[in-house]
Amino acid sequence: MSKPVIATASLAGCFGCHMSLLDIDERILGLIDLVEFNKSPIDDIKTFTKPVDVGLIEGGCCNSENVEVLRSFRKNCKVLVSVGECAIMGGLPAMRNGIPIRECLEEAYLNSPTVDPEDRLIPNDEDLPIILDKVYPCHEVVKIDHFLPGCPPSADLIWEAVTALVEGRPLQLTYDLIKFD
Amino acid sequence: MTQEKEIVLQHPKDPSALLDVIRDVQTRLGHVPEEAVSRIAAHLKLSEAEVRGAVTFYHFFSLTPRGASTVYLNDSITSRMNGRTAVARAFEEEADCRFGEVSPDGRVGLSSTSCIGMNDQEPSAIVDGVVFTKLSPDKARAIVRGLRDGTPASGLVAEFGDGANQSSLVRAMVSNNIRKRGPVLFGPHEPGAAVRKAVSMTPEQVIDEVKKAGLLGRGGAGFPTGLKWEFCRREKAPERYVVCNADEGEPGTFKDRVVLTELPGLLFEGMAVAGYAVGARTGVLYLRSEYAYLRAHLEAVLAGLRKEGILGKRIAGSPKFSFDIVIKSGAGAYICGEESALLESAEGKRGEPRDRPPFPVQAGYLDRPTTVNNVETLATAARIVVEGAAWFKAMGTPKSAGTKLLSVSGDCARPGVYEVEYGLSIAELLDMAGAPEAKAVQVGGPSGTCVSKAGYQRKICFSDLPTGGSVIVFGPDRDIFEVVENFMEFFVEESCGWCTPCRAGNVLLKKKFEKVAHGKGTEGDLRDLEAWGKLVKATSRCGLGQTSPNPILTTMQNFPELYEARIQKGRDFVPEFDLAAAIQDGCAAANRRPACKEADHE
Repeated sequence: MSKPVIATASLAGCFGCHMSLLDIDERILGLIDLVEFNKSPIDDIKTFTKPVDVGLIEGGCCNSENVEVLRSFRKNCKVLVSVGECAIMGGLPAMRNGIPIRECLEEAYLNSPTVDPEDRLIPNDEDLPIILDKVYPCHEVVKIDHFLPGCPPSADLIWEAVTALVEGRPLQLTYDLIKFD
Repeated sequence: MTQEKEIVLQHPKDPSALLDVIRDVQTRLGHVPEEAVSRIAAHLKLSEAEVRGAVTFYHFFSLTPRGASTVYLNDSITSRMNGRTAVARAFEEEADCRFGEVSPDGRVGLSSTSCIGMNDQEPSAIVDGVVFTKLSPDKARAIVRGLRDGTPASGLVAEFGDGANQSSLVRAMVSNNIRKRGPVLFGPHEPGAAVRKAVSMTPEQVIDEVKKAGLLGRGGAGFPTGLKWEFCRREKAPERYVVCNADEGEPGTFKDRVVLTELPGLLFEGMAVAGYAVGARTGVLYLRSEYAYLRAHLEAVLAGLRKEGILGKRIAGSPKFSFDIVIKSGAGAYICGEESALLESAEGKRGEPRDRPPFPVQAGYLDRPTTVNNVETLATAARIVVEGAAWFKAMGTPKSAGTKLLSVSGDCARPGVYEVEYGLSIAELLDMAGAPEAKAVQVGGPSGTCVSKAGYQRKICFSDLPTGGSVIVFGPDRDIFEVVENFMEFFVEESCGWCTPCRAGNVLLKKKFEKVAHGKGTEGDLRDLEAWGKLVKATSRCGLGQTSPNPILTTMQNFPELYEARIQKGRDFVPEFDLAAAIQDGCAAANRRPACKEADHE
């Protein structure tokens, strides 16, 4: 019997949630027995090669590529999960949301003291993704089925959620898993 | 000496004077400049952050210039229903600036503000402390022209309202609009009778009489007044206080304005009676900034009462009982109607609610046991002491005794103040006010209930439809979604920001509601609205967040057909996100063509 398939992506995040996923220690061996990874930075598979059971999304959407990736995850994954503060609320990157994007770009690429005076230019190569007017949480772009809170969610929380989802158990996040202070 | 220094040094070196100093600076300089912040902090031995925190907390204070004169135009739903948009445009055209800005010549600044207690005569505005009612685009232009020519705002008031609004100390164009005079507040009252009667009894007897009368707090929460007084009296302390909450900020309520204008003597007697009952020597009237135009009038009434021996030392012939009243001004913050936030503000701080317990009756104003009562409650208590509990109990319903002042506004022929007995049905009230076609009635303001026609037989009383007094009528052509949106904007604006459920929850509720209003909602979004609304109510720290989801929740309950018609049925998810729109600014800033392969991989 084929194993459940997992895919992951880090959008506008810091990879901290992926680090937390790896932080499950020796349980990672059990996880490999339990599931198969498809498109994910963990195995470096770049494109979906088969239907996926559970997609884990870290980070919100700050540029057009994030939106594209997120939409492809929605299309290819049966269950899609927002993992961590940035995916759920935009997180730290969303601190720019109160500032017009032009001002952000000018500050970073034209006016910052560390910019080479010869080289003042807002990056405009056609191959670069286009930055969005603000950072959007994933559930405003596609339907999200589950939310795992935390910055990052603890390894135990991720473990509990992922094993429950692949085994078809209801998601029961106990208080100690979602208590942060 | 700099101007800031001069102003600041006139005040005592007392941190509780913080708001007074800021108000003085704001009034004379049009804003609170950085130098003034440092100066005030040094003078009162506070941190600059504390001073800046207080300035930014209140609507009527500002760190940036708001013009030599400032127009604060009310942004309540009733103002909008009565033509606010055209009036605002006239202000903007004549001043040559937008709201939130100052005219190029620096003469006039334009600001929006929450309900200023003039819902029966909208659109209204406060200009340099002077109230202008029933504005039209022409009147708005005339105000800006007058200010620009150097006429003080008071010189631009052409006609005065009725009653005490005409008196030399008020001279306001505000109308009382008293439509129905009931037997309690507007019954015949001989000045001084309440205080004289009270001091002839023991304090316990006074409390007992108020308890027997079944008087419940008139501000909205309905706590038994006699019990509150008893709790306060029982606390052992060298000093106790009576604080009158005259910060009616619930949009649509203005009945306390009328009591303060026409019945201040009765109110002050009520405070003295409360003082006698709880054992306080000092009363504080916390007057909302919007009603500052009544202050000179109120001070004069206080002076008169002192002269007649109804206030002051050993009053009304009592050998022992001394009681006097001071007035403290607010500075524009809805949350200060919440009693513990009000106490913080009265002590000169940001008006953030306190943790409870301890309750104000245990540790209130200046940490002393304090009874905080609404204007109407205190005036009613004075009448109960004179006329007796049985007289009062005979009115209203068994559990909601007496009468209630209602502030009726919106789409009706006779907006104004009505003193009615509890138990009145909405239908009867609409009949009195002249609103036969009302589509919806908002009872208790935004934090209350939006009632549909099906509920017009419901009664105004504590067990059915409680209200602090606000009743807003919506006619057949009004869009209920626009009403809800206005109310949610109000709560987002007025949340003090202390607790997350209220600070973030109301923003999320408003966004989700707008998604539904824009036709992008699904059944799942409605479920979210309901679940989130309940969560915000259950987990917020004070009454603001505990009621702020009500505009959404009560309309979902009473107007389900409106929501049904707006959502996209049978669809699992509808995003409001629009990639083409979201990349527009980014493309423009980088000078790129939106060659977004809006990849159709789906």
